[in-house]
Amino acid sequence: MSSMSAESASVGKLEQVTPARPQDVAVRLDAITKRFGDVVALSDFSLKVYRGEFMTLLGPSGCGKTTLLNLVAGFLSPDGGEILIDGAVVTEVPTFQREIGIVFQNYALFPHMTVADNVAYGLRARGIARDEIGRRIAESLAIMKLTGLEDRKPRQLSGGQQQRVALARALVIRPRVLLLDEPFSALDKHLRASMQVEVKEIQRKLGVTTIFVTHDQSEALSLSDRVAVIFEGRIRQLDAPHQIYRRPADRSIASFIGEGSVLRARLDRIDDRAATVMVGSSRIIVPAQPLTGLTSGAPVDLFVRPEQLRIATDHGVFRGRVVATSFQGDHVDVYVDAPDAAAARVQVRVPFLERVPSVGDAVAIAIDDCEATAFPHQE
Amino acid sequence: MARPLSHRIIGWGGALTVTAILAFLVLPAFVVAVAAFNDDALLSFPPQQLSLRWLVNAMSYGDFQTGLRNSIVVTFAASSIALIVGSTFSFVLDRYQFRAKRVLESLLLAPLVVPHFTAGLGFLFLAAQVGASRGYGVVIACHVVLVLPFVLRSVYISLRNLDRHLELAAASLGAPPSRVLVTVTLPLLLPGLCTGWLFAAILSFNEFSASLFVTAQRTQTLPVAMYNYVREYADPTMAALSVLFIVVTAALLTIANTWLGLGRVLNVEHVR
Repeated sequence: MSSMSAESASVGKLEQVTPARPQDVAVRLDAITKRFGDVVALSDFSLKVYRGEFMTLLGPSGCGKTTLLNLVAGFLSPDGGEILIDGAVVTEVPTFQREIGIVFQNYALFPHMTVADNVAYGLRARGIARDEIGRRIAESLAIMKLTGLEDRKPRQLSGGQQQRVALARALVIRPRVLLLDEPFSALDKHLRASMQVEVKEIQRKLGVTTIFVTHDQSEALSLSDRVAVIFEGRIRQLDAPHQIYRRPADRSIASFIGEGSVLRARLDRIDDRAATVMVGSSRIIVPAQPLTGLTSGAPVDLFVRPEQLRIATDHGVFRGRVVATSFQGDHVDVYVDAPDAAAARVQVRVPFLERVPSVGDAVAIAIDDCEATAFPHQE
Repeated sequence: MARPLSHRIIGWGGALTVTAILAFLVLPAFVVAVAAFNDDALLSFPPQQLSLRWLVNAMSYGDFQTGLRNSIVVTFAASSIALIVGSTFSFVLDRYQFRAKRVLESLLLAPLVVPHFTAGLGFLFLAAQVGASRGYGVVIACHVVLVLPFVLRSVYISLRNLDRHLELAAASLGAPPSRVLVTVTLPLLLPGLCTGWLFAAILSFNEFSASLFVTAQRTQTLPVAMYNYVREYADPTMAALSVLFIVVTAALLTIANTWLGLGRVLNVEHVR
């Protein structure tokens, strides 16, 4: 329920158009149930992916996200529910008739075929004419910056090149849906960032509906139009990345996504949509939903991101003592013990150009007036 | 480099031991080879005069000619049937989960622990029971059972090393199962299939104790013909034939190693 209201609230803020017309649903999972022996992996799971959308299924390993991908691909069949692609029920349709493209974590390039043959595989399976195949291979290799590597075998390529070939092979058949199964995890950090930008650019250019499975929250936030956070086979939040980051629907999402600190606060007043909480003498506006049922004066935990806190020049909201600093290039993470305001260590992000306090300094911390979320107090 | 004397003695000792072991391994082949080209009818060492007459004798002896022909027929038939049967069972064992899986696996590998003469005796009784004549059928059937575990192992290891994602990727690209099999699965399994066949062929070609029971005069394979020859004559013809055996087997293994990458098939190596 919470995910639905959060979803509708976020639509207006999205850069991309997320059409709500039912005919623009590209992939629909309807009340899917999947069991492995006695283990129920998914139960009554529903999700709509809009056409052209980059949808990420994010969750820890074993949460059911890969099972979902395998169900959409047709590698598994559900024990209950329906899967629709472009409005047609495909629940019983075998993989090879589903018109999907998939990029695996290890790319699964055919080792006995050249780059050109790998990319041509899907076109040949469709019985497309030889010169048309040649034209489309050349075009797709050009888009992927692979021109000149046609006759190489996969083992002669770098990791990044292999991934491009896998992507070219999946996209050249113009799939209805592109499925990405943790495709960046085998790349080193540097290459990963540049491949992510490229994949996003190509996806946007081609407008291909994409379902991306990952356990890496920073990947999910940077690439997606919408993110479905999945824990234990259930969607805990379905929202735009910035909403998930700023307004996590519950405590576990808040700690799974990004970094942050928990501050002790008191509930001041609560309305339909917004609530006010007090930290010291400062008022912070937070969503009312997670605090439903609490009365004024009740203790709450305020969840703040490191960049929402700053070292105050005046008396600030609370005081503490610096216990560690960590240089991060463009900023410094400052860790503060503030026993009056927080049970655990508080993380503050200080821009590199500002004066960085030293370990042992007494500091005042201010909270910037921006979006934060509070949850009922928990020891 | 001044190494302590004790280290040098251990070094020499080690080298000497290794040399001795290697010499011991090739010694039988060496003695046989020397005898084969010895002009003298008695197995004497060192040879007095070199000659090819025993080789000529071996190749022109009628029983050896039919024996070789029989052996080739039996070897080709048995290893090909074993390849088909073994690959099918390997595929089933690799891809499907079922209750009797362990039982089936042990049954298929059972011939490894059954002595060959027992298998031969069994097939002999069986053939007598069902009233089958001692033709090629029973010899081939017996050989299939004996070489099956080796084919099974070889293909099973190849299947294990095959990344399932490759088949899934092919299916996602629009290839129906038959096309996936022909364009992806079989080409990638080919080295394993060839190695399996080759092992089966070498084993079948050299098989003696079971063959002794199941062959008749008409169907006797080369090793059986050799045994019968040795019982009657004692001249270096046998040695000449043995040299032929060694050369052919070595050639086949060399080909297998060069073209098929024997090491790659035998080792559990992940090919991406």
